[in-house]
Amino acid sequence: MAEHVNLERRRQAIYGWLLLTPAAILLTTFAFYPSMATLWTSLFSRGTRRRPSEFVGSENYTDLFADPTFWKVVTNNLIYAGATIPISIAIALGMALWANSKIPARGFVRTAYFTPTVLPMIAAANLWLFFYTPGLGVLDQIGSLFGLPSVNWLGQPETALWAVIIVTIWKEAGFFMIFYLAALQTIPEDLKEAADIEGASRWTYTRRIVFPLLMPTTLFIMVNALINSVKLIDHLFILTKGGPNDASKLILYYIWEMAFAFFDAPQAAAMTIMVLLVLGIVAAIKFSYLDKRTHYQ
Amino acid sequence: MADPFVHVDNVAKRWNGQLGVEGVSLSIPRGSFVALLGPSGCGKSTTLRLLSGLELPDEGTISIDGQNVTTAAPSERNLSMVFQSYALFPHLNVAENVVFGLKVRRVSAAERKEKLHRALEITGLLGYEARKPGELSGGQRQRVALARAIVANKPLCLMDEPLSNLDAKLRASVRKDIKKLQIDLGITVVYVTHDQTEAMSMADMVVLMKDGRIQQTGTPEDLYYRPANTFVAEFVGAPPMALIEGSALPGFGDTPTIGLRAESVRVAESGAGRLTCKVTECEFLGSETFIGLSHPAANGLTVSMPGLKHIPSGDDLEITFDDEDLHFFDAAGQRLARQVGAPAA
Repeated sequence: MAEHVNLERRRQAIYGWLLLTPAAILLTTFAFYPSMATLWTSLFSRGTRRRPSEFVGSENYTDLFADPTFWKVVTNNLIYAGATIPISIAIALGMALWANSKIPARGFVRTAYFTPTVLPMIAAANLWLFFYTPGLGVLDQIGSLFGLPSVNWLGQPETALWAVIIVTIWKEAGFFMIFYLAALQTIPEDLKEAADIEGASRWTYTRRIVFPLLMPTTLFIMVNALINSVKLIDHLFILTKGGPNDASKLILYYIWEMAFAFFDAPQAAAMTIMVLLVLGIVAAIKFSYLDKRTHYQ
Repeated sequence: MADPFVHVDNVAKRWNGQLGVEGVSLSIPRGSFVALLGPSGCGKSTTLRLLSGLELPDEGTISIDGQNVTTAAPSERNLSMVFQSYALFPHLNVAENVVFGLKVRRVSAAERKEKLHRALEITGLLGYEARKPGELSGGQRQRVALARAIVANKPLCLMDEPLSNLDAKLRASVRKDIKKLQIDLGITVVYVTHDQTEAMSMADMVVLMKDGRIQQTGTPEDLYYRPANTFVAEFVGAPPMALIEGSALPGFGDTPTIGLRAESVRVAESGAGRLTCKVTECEFLGSETFIGLSHPAANGLTVSMPGLKHIPSGDDLEITFDDEDLHFFDAAGQRLARQVGAPAA
């Protein structure tokens, strides 16, 4: 009898491993191995023809922390994340609540909101380039109607980062709205009716019933928005190239520059490891702390 | 009924020209238990939603407790409601669900706690305060919905098929609970159901609807013993009333349709029966057996025989009945006081 159970257990274990194998192979090849290789690379000096690369320990990291551009880029990215994540989520939620209510031309509204998401980031950036261009751009054209002076939105350090942030929000909000819309449609109509009978105002219903029921979606969107705030840099190539004077440079763009413009792979690797570390910590906090306070249906 | 608690006057509701309900008039006395009964799509739920204010009527007026509330918001009507799906808030626990309305109306915490305790005590949910609806059984969820409806102590409670998601055994016990609750609290209940057993056993007044119109309003006895038309006759009772063409019975040729309940039918000796039918099926129910009969001029004929009986289908069976047990309907299906052209007895 015991032998029988053992056999069964072993068969279950083999079955489990077989199911895991494809994912394990793919993840190892494309995620775990590259991460470890990056970590390894970041511990060596940059190899030149005269001086071959050698093990330097944490030197790349100390160099990085001494680099003012790095801190500038980190600050930029924090502002970028701090602005794009909450604002795009708030706008997405607002649009979803509106597009989910009984309004005329609901299908059109939803499509209109979703359109920016369908556009490739490069195309969107080109579109916004046309808005922002001084003199010719739509913003300046409108401004001149009211006698406002021409502004070079992308060309001056004070506004460049914010101009980039607006493009990102415009691009992301519609995408997040779709998730909210889907989540809103899973909330049964009779919850609203029950709240109506109890005399709850629209706002009370939204705050006490809708928002909590949307929490799983919000968490998901927050993680996505966080990832996007680090990885979405396509538009920088079109709009500002990180300038002027690094004013709109984000960390991934800087990593790219470091690796492929300055050909300093170890420095880029060190920066990549820092990003991975920070993202990992934030994701862990989100899923451990917020998950406990979230109701999953 | 000089001053009915709920008064519905000639109310109609249509959707894109499609019929919802038409010409619905109701007077519900205070403290009564009214069942809206009918097949699916007959407009009973629409009527309830019109009462609750979740839908507004296209025509007619509704007044509750002397106030015209035809266009008032649901919360202004001073009523509570139990939904078919219970409509519990899934992320709130039992206690939070029950006191949701009290909280919205800013009832003080101490009073909330006291009322919560009482409501949970009545519904037998003490000890479940911290559970989420997802962690409760169907019957418990149903009781949470009830507790939420009674905690506010509203004089009128609307129930939309509250038992339809429960199994048969539980349904019978909750049915008794609801009836007892209604009497103890002295509230008026309007109860939508498609199950005539529920309606007949619980209600003081049954409103039978079909195709958006009221067919008959009356006590359960009225509906059973004096059906207003052939639809009521065939809907109420298990088995429903059999309808026989008058021409099939000697002496009743002028009456278009004659109704006959199963309990009034007796099996007769061969040659002594008034109708000769063929047996189609035997339905054994324990204390009695219903024997389904077919006759070319009759519909739904059944005779009840005590104990277990088995008669092969296709056999001939003669039946008899007394004239006073017959119901008479005209060509349009409306009830007649007595048979047409019968000699005055």
